[in-house]
Amino acid sequence: MGWAIALHGGAGDIPLSLPPERREPREAALRYCLQIGVSALKANRSPLDVVELVVCELENNPHFNAGRGSVLTNEGTVEMEACIMDGNTKNCGAVSGVSTVVNAISLARLVMEKTPHIYLAFDGAEAFAREQGVKMVDENHFITPENIERLKQAKEANRVQIDYTQPIQKDPPDETVLANGDSQLGTVGCVAVDSEGNLAAATSTGGLVNKMVGRIGDTPIIGSGTYANNLCAVSATGKGEAIIRATAARDVAALMEYKGLSLEEAAAYVVEKCVPKGNVGIIAVSASGEVTMPFNTTGMFRACATEDGFSEVGIWPLSVQNL
Amino acid sequence: MGGWAIAVHGGAGVDPNLPTQRQEEAKQLLTRCLNLGISALRSSLPAIDVVELVVRELETDPLFNSGRGSALTENGTVEMEASIMDGPKKRCGAVSGITTVKNPISLARLVMDKSPHSYLAFSGAEAFAKKQGVELVDNEYFVTEDNKGMLKLAKEANSIVFDYRIPILETCSGAGAIDSPLQMNGLPISVYAPETVGCVVVDSEGRCAAATSTGGLMNKMMGRIGDSPLIGAGTYACDLCGVSCTGEGEAIIRATLAREVAAVMEYKGLNLQDAVDFVVKEKLDEGQAGLIAVSKNGEVACGFNSNGMFRGMATEDGYMEVGIWDQN
Repeated sequence: MGWAIALHGGAGDIPLSLPPERREPREAALRYCLQIGVSALKANRSPLDVVELVVCELENNPHFNAGRGSVLTNEGTVEMEACIMDGNTKNCGAVSGVSTVVNAISLARLVMEKTPHIYLAFDGAEAFAREQGVKMVDENHFITPENIERLKQAKEANRVQIDYTQPIQKDPPDETVLANGDSQLGTVGCVAVDSEGNLAAATSTGGLVNKMVGRIGDTPIIGSGTYANNLCAVSATGKGEAIIRATAARDVAALMEYKGLSLEEAAAYVVEKCVPKGNVGIIAVSASGEVTMPFNTTGMFRACATEDGFSEVGIWPLSVQNL
Repeated sequence: MGGWAIAVHGGAGVDPNLPTQRQEEAKQLLTRCLNLGISALRSSLPAIDVVELVVRELETDPLFNSGRGSALTENGTVEMEASIMDGPKKRCGAVSGITTVKNPISLARLVMDKSPHSYLAFSGAEAFAKKQGVELVDNEYFVTEDNKGMLKLAKEANSIVFDYRIPILETCSGAGAIDSPLQMNGLPISVYAPETVGCVVVDSEGRCAAATSTGGLMNKMMGRIGDSPLIGAGTYACDLCGVSCTGEGEAIIRATLAREVAAVMEYKGLNLQDAVDFVVKEKLDEGQAGLIAVSKNGEVACGFNSNGMFRGMATEDGYMEVGIWDQN
């Protein structure tokens, strides 16, 4: 027993050749955000406060695909989504289609605490944000030059793909994954447990590069990208559609509840058996203070710490990373 | 290996004082939709096509809260949502914030079949609908006189509930329709508009599918998303079963109710009826809801802890039942 925390900055095809100028600021951000979370836990802040705090920091950091630094829709706009869940009460809040709120995760928490609903989206979510007086900015605040370039590349790649796709196609093309960039699937998330076993999870994202306007991914969907109950707290990242189909976050908890698996076994099962390779990364903590961070992608920006002194910050599998 | 099976619902949570005539109309509509689905199954239509067909019919009829006849937002407009899922490959599609598409369930199907995504909402979903050439109508088409009256009552009830925290019964003697002590989602049951629709089907090849469609909650905030479009909450299908839920959306979301039926079958080895009974009893906490489900073996089941659920069920071996209240 003891507190534990894990956070991620997205899983995907992160090339091992990622240049130091792209790798180092992200590693530094992971360390910094982990430290903020650890300090908050040590100061006896509730896990719900801790995951919100850490995800706010990750949103404010332009190197990750959430808040400032969010990727762009096919119209060059930003549509962010976020979700937060408290394990004890299973209270939860979610937002989608947010374009002017500095911290989407805090708006999700307000939906949870100040409305009779769980999930608000688009104009209604923005109107609620104004009513609550949260910090709002011009949409341009979120748009980075790097993401304008990413959208350009994605549009070019898409055009190529469509040109060469056979006209008669049974299944629609998968959500486009670009192999040439870092953080394309980046989403941010944090899970935490305190020494009394209280759990919480939070996830936030700008979505997918070149996504259709109005597209909703797995992040704001309870049970898919985000889930917490009295056993564990889970945040998933990767290819939205695959995670939705697998109800990945809830299934980690369901495997613990119905099959008696440990946290590590349950998360590994979902990553290995429920979601196709190359599509998902998961961070999870259990009520007893365990932590696990499996992924079946090339890498996942991730960090964790537990009360007994264990800590890890990484991008690729440890076996690769330590070569 | 069983044959085909089908179930439909028109929402969980029914006003005990619902006039007999409206009960009869509801039963007739459920029967008509069951028969439509049965004919389609007999013509060997795949499960995914049958659930879409049946839900379209329920959306088009103004009786229940989906498509025409949808509950109204706080602004008096209609914002519909729907989702559909095909068991064999777990493909799925969902839409929210739909204001002009005549049949949201068919738009959800198009999101599944024709877009790289699984969920589109609001203006993006409407733009996609235009591009796909689906039938569009003015928002007024969905608004019925009945629902305008209900919105007025909901607003009155809401202001009392939220402003004074006084039980409805003691303060609303003047409002004729509010004489029911039952509440769902903080509203008197007669006005909260529970009547989401859904259909689950297993065809004779054992393929399961599920579809759910709704106008949402009466007097909801603009932009509110409920359980119906959320895969795993209101709708779920896999190779084991197909499930559609209805009732208090927030309780269904927290419980990931539709996926839960499949999860206890998959991870605990329960059969369909036991799985349905388990989740209704153990997973809803304080919430009121109901669900319909079919298994790949051709079983059909329903369960609810609310006051009644509009439902109909049939199987290939000749069983057919249409009901509203508790079986016992």
